[in-house]
Amino acid sequence: MSFLSVVNVSKKYDDHVALRNVSFDVPRKSIFGLLGPNGAGKTSLIRIINNITAPDEGKVTLSRNNLQENTSAYIGYLPEERGLYKKMKVGEQALYLTMLKGMDKHEAIVELRKWFDKLNLSDWWNKRVEDLSKGMAQKLQFIVTVVHKPKLLILDEPFSGFDPINTKLIKEEILKLNRKGTTVIFSTHNMESVEELCDRIALINKAQKILEGSVEEIKNNFQANKIRLSFKGNMIAFTNALWTGCELLSSSSEGNVNTVEIRLLNEVTKKNMLEAIMPHVELLSMNDVVPSMNDIFIDAVNQYKES
Amino acid sequence: MNKIKLIIQREYLTRIRKRSFIVMTILGPLLMAGLMIVPVWLSLKDVDLQIIQVIDETYAFHKEFKDSPTVIYNYSDEGIVQAKADFFKYNYTSILYIPRNAYSSPSAIRLFHKKQPSQRTLNKINNTISEVMERDRIKLKFDINRDELKALKPEINVLSISLDENGEEEESSSVLNMILGFAGAILIYFFIFLYGVQVMRGVIEEKTNRIVEIIISSVKPFQLMFGKIAGIALVGLTQFLLWVVLTSLIIVGAQRVMSDSMKHKMTEQQRMEEFMPEAEIQNEAQDNNIMQDLNENLSMINFPLLLLSFIFYFMGGYLLYGALFAAIGSAVDSEADTQQFMFPITIPLILSFVMAQSVISNPDGTLAFWFSIIPLTSPIIMMVRIPFGIQISELLLSMGLLVASFIFVTWLAGRIYRTGILMYGKKSSYRELWKWLFYNN
Repeated sequence: MSFLSVVNVSKKYDDHVALRNVSFDVPRKSIFGLLGPNGAGKTSLIRIINNITAPDEGKVTLSRNNLQENTSAYIGYLPEERGLYKKMKVGEQALYLTMLKGMDKHEAIVELRKWFDKLNLSDWWNKRVEDLSKGMAQKLQFIVTVVHKPKLLILDEPFSGFDPINTKLIKEEILKLNRKGTTVIFSTHNMESVEELCDRIALINKAQKILEGSVEEIKNNFQANKIRLSFKGNMIAFTNALWTGCELLSSSSEGNVNTVEIRLLNEVTKKNMLEAIMPHVELLSMNDVVPSMNDIFIDAVNQYKES
Repeated sequence: MNKIKLIIQREYLTRIRKRSFIVMTILGPLLMAGLMIVPVWLSLKDVDLQIIQVIDETYAFHKEFKDSPTVIYNYSDEGIVQAKADFFKYNYTSILYIPRNAYSSPSAIRLFHKKQPSQRTLNKINNTISEVMERDRIKLKFDINRDELKALKPEINVLSISLDENGEEEESSSVLNMILGFAGAILIYFFIFLYGVQVMRGVIEEKTNRIVEIIISSVKPFQLMFGKIAGIALVGLTQFLLWVVLTSLIIVGAQRVMSDSMKHKMTEQQRMEEFMPEAEIQNEAQDNNIMQDLNENLSMINFPLLLLSFIFYFMGGYLLYGALFAAIGSAVDSEADTQQFMFPITIPLILSFVMAQSVISNPDGTLAFWFSIIPLTSPIIMMVRIPFGIQISELLLSMGLLVASFIFVTWLAGRIYRTGILMYGKKSSYRELWKWLFYNN
């Protein structure tokens, strides 16, 4: 069941098209990866979802409400370009930002204290923001994003500036919130964390959505025709035997053992391929290649460029 | 509404807690009080006494120069050559030499001095000589003596009265009006500049440290802009009120301290007056009359109107310019880039400040009228005009236009602002600002 749906959203600035007819659905309680190269239009889309700007065409609905009412209390947004008032005290700043979200003062203090304890920031409550290290400032920003218990979390590069220990800490907190029922939209260039966290993704390139689906589905589609083989025998004989049914992607050799990656083209099956090569080489192993999200990302963007 | 209150609160509290605010709040009254106290204090201190030796070869000026607390005239029969030779033996500060042929060629009169006498002393000497000569010449030609002549000369002090449509008459004192008008104009000018620039800085700060995107995911950009402008307005009002209170406290305190030395000085002066010729006392009396006039005039000025319109133009002018400053702040990435946009905003401000001087000399002229109606200049120019009396219809027109243009400009600035604050790392041009107005957010 979809929690947030983006329907035919377009946005134009001057002669620059930021989004062209983008649609996707974010299921309730999912972690949704919003991916794309720099300048693809992700930030524009996130701003529209946050009701910061309005789309020229199309609409965004949040849990069946049109995104026109006051949605800020339901959304926690951690922008990629984020900052704080340097001269304010840490606690004061957190309280201000939380109350702007519509939270009552006393409740806000209680909840903030909890989070400050959880992320080891308690000693900093009365210190100035400018004295915080970058990692601690990022923690503070994360806290004010989640403290008002939003139903939808929008995190834009949430791990930038964190060391591996804090990255793990924040990742765990995100997963905990998700398990409690928070829907998360997660935008990043870090494909490893996408694989680790996301259920579904949408890939945006040059203002258009070029890929959408569950991570599993997308991987399986890619995996279907990429195979790694190792064999003993003549490399030239092997390539001749491959004929036109397969594409040789890469090859390497160690002693008399050759390792290659091939892609099966069109209707060619593994059986066809094996029949073609078996008379010429001694096959040692054969595996399906599981593509990483990184490969999928690069591949999809490149394919789009070619088309 | 609640959110705007939160924003106003933050803008206000963070600013009045700043060290620079506290320092300025204390330093300002000290400077202002200093400006008022120091001259008084200096005049209370013993001033250099000037003793002028008068060598009058015409014998016409004997006892004509009047002594004052700071200048004493000493008449001598010595020859000028001898007097010059002895100059440094005695404690005379100057020698006034009136040669025998002074009446036929007055330019031969000389004042030799060790130390430059004040312009005031010189003027007094010049006036006395010219009076005496004039009198003697009149006597020679018409045979009228000094008292007869004086009786002929009437005391004239034309009273200027403004007459309005209803036939009501009101006396006015132009000197006081000028002071009040100019003081109001200067205050408004500085207030707009100081706090308008603070609005701009605040916006640039939020934009460069990127907190703005976090905030406008909770509030509308317009709420943020308006909250900032209003918060800073309250800071300005607070500072202004503190200045008024502290300055008057300091002045009252200083008066207490100085009143003792004042009394001491008074007794000295009374002793002096016993020796003073009659005319001098009359002069003093006239000075007192001027003070009395001033007091009367003070009571004639419509203070409630003046104060109310001051606060109105103080706030109206600031709000109008504050919105423009906010729009500029949103369009740039650093203060260094503000120049091109600041220029057209500072022009009307500086222009009205310069115009204030010619408006004072002709407060009901065409120039004064138009500049006090046009909203960008009216806060300053209208304040100059109000003490001189103004038609209520004109005042209402000016105020109405100011309010209308404040609303319009804030709306306009809001449209630039909401786009500008999210444009990082881009140098904006006027063309772009114009386009931003029509974006559909």
